[in-house]
Amino acid sequence: MNKFVLENLHVKYSDGVEALKGVSLEIPAKSITVLFGPAGGGKSTLLRTLNRLNDLSDVTEVSGRVAMFNSDSSATDLLNPRLDVIALRRRVAMVFARPIVLPMTIRENLTYGLTLAGERSTIRLHEAVERSLQQAALWDEVKDRLDEPAISLSGGQQQRLCLARSLALDPEVILLDEPTSGLDPISTTKVEASLQEIKVNYTVILVPHSIQQAARTADQAAFILQGQLIEQADGKELFLNPRDKRTQDYIEGRFG
Amino acid sequence: MTRANLDSKLQNLLNEILELDSMVETATLQSIEALKNHDLELAKQIYHDDALINARRFDLENDCMITIATQQPIVAHDLRLVASILEVVAELERMGDYAKGIAKIALQIGTQPHIKPLIDIPRMAEIAVSMLHRSVMAFVHFDAEAARQIPDEDDQVDFLYKQVYRELVTIMFSNPSTIDQANYLMWVAHNLERMADRVTNICERAIYVATGQMKEIDVSDDESKV
Repeated sequence: MNKFVLENLHVKYSDGVEALKGVSLEIPAKSITVLFGPAGGGKSTLLRTLNRLNDLSDVTEVSGRVAMFNSDSSATDLLNPRLDVIALRRRVAMVFARPIVLPMTIRENLTYGLTLAGERSTIRLHEAVERSLQQAALWDEVKDRLDEPAISLSGGQQQRLCLARSLALDPEVILLDEPTSGLDPISTTKVEASLQEIKVNYTVILVPHSIQQAARTADQAAFILQGQLIEQADGKELFLNPRDKRTQDYIEGRFG
Repeated sequence: MTRANLDSKLQNLLNEILELDSMVETATLQSIEALKNHDLELAKQIYHDDALINARRFDLENDCMITIATQQPIVAHDLRLVASILEVVAELERMGDYAKGIAKIALQIGTQPHIKPLIDIPRMAEIAVSMLHRSVMAFVHFDAEAARQIPDEDDQVDFLYKQVYRELVTIMFSNPSTIDQANYLMWVAHNLERMADRVTNICERAIYVATGQMKEIDVSDDESKV
């Protein structure tokens, strides 16, 4: 079942650069889709289209069709200018390359969004804290110091806290833009392992920070080059038998 | 938690090795049963089921390739393991061919009475299969110590092979009409002897995975002594 269907998506920035040149892509629900390719190819732009973060940057033209499917199989038109983007971003969460923790305690980082959304029950807030930390593979490391400042955590822990903060709101989709680019290998494997756990319940879309990470994590992989989708396939298939010569050259390290 | 994905993939590969091994062990023992009991139906089945062993081998090889392609970087023990699995599946597939060969001979001998009671040949099969079983166990459990012990038992198989060989030659001398069947039976014994030799290769791989040492295990080459 697809979570997103993109048809002929074009995105142009105010400086005239066409970041996406007619991308058509299907993103299945409850699995990990990896968008990879050389820098400047439009991966982040594509990701940011899915929760309308591009509204905040100097994008001047967007055309095509981007549909997100709801649990009742109806579709939401994500390019609709009257769409409630705050509600959308609650359903489509995002984790960035660098961990951005709020200047609060670990617990408050996790309850902040829920409280803002009107949750008052301390039991439910506490449940959300534990659940999200478990999902992000951080619970065992912080369960005894939930009321310490989040800034006291290591970089790898802060990034998992950011993932947990997204998960606390129980979104449908998690977008991750190079979430482990600043992390050591151990923290990276922990984040990757938690993605494998959460994909059972969430749609995960990842821009990886290396081809190796793309290969390790992808259920589906999409190779994006200079604003175009070159190839999309099952991850195992794409990294063993790429069909397009450009995909092969890129994953073999001949350019990029 | 960490490495969970790679670990589960490696565990799957090892489970697949065990399944492939079990197919080969069964085929070998049944081919001897079919030969001994003139069970042509069973022989036909083993002959055709070799295709399943071959298909399984390709599946396993493909799973190894996917693991290498997707679980990068594969290094150290993991790398030795995946590379050695590729070797071991080739050995197992080849042993499956030996069983198929024995089944074919059972079909060729058909319902002709045996020129001698089959005692040493089934004994060879038992020892070879037991060696195979323990070598694969040593491989999947990374047990170098066990793997070092097994190749010595090849002497017993070689001894039986020589015994069968001499006996068959004697029978052929005394009655040339037995040459056809004696040749077939010699071929069966030869297949079993080769199988036990190939167990040594699996033991070498088991030691390599466990210790990183790639060393040939010195077993006497029986054929020169025949």
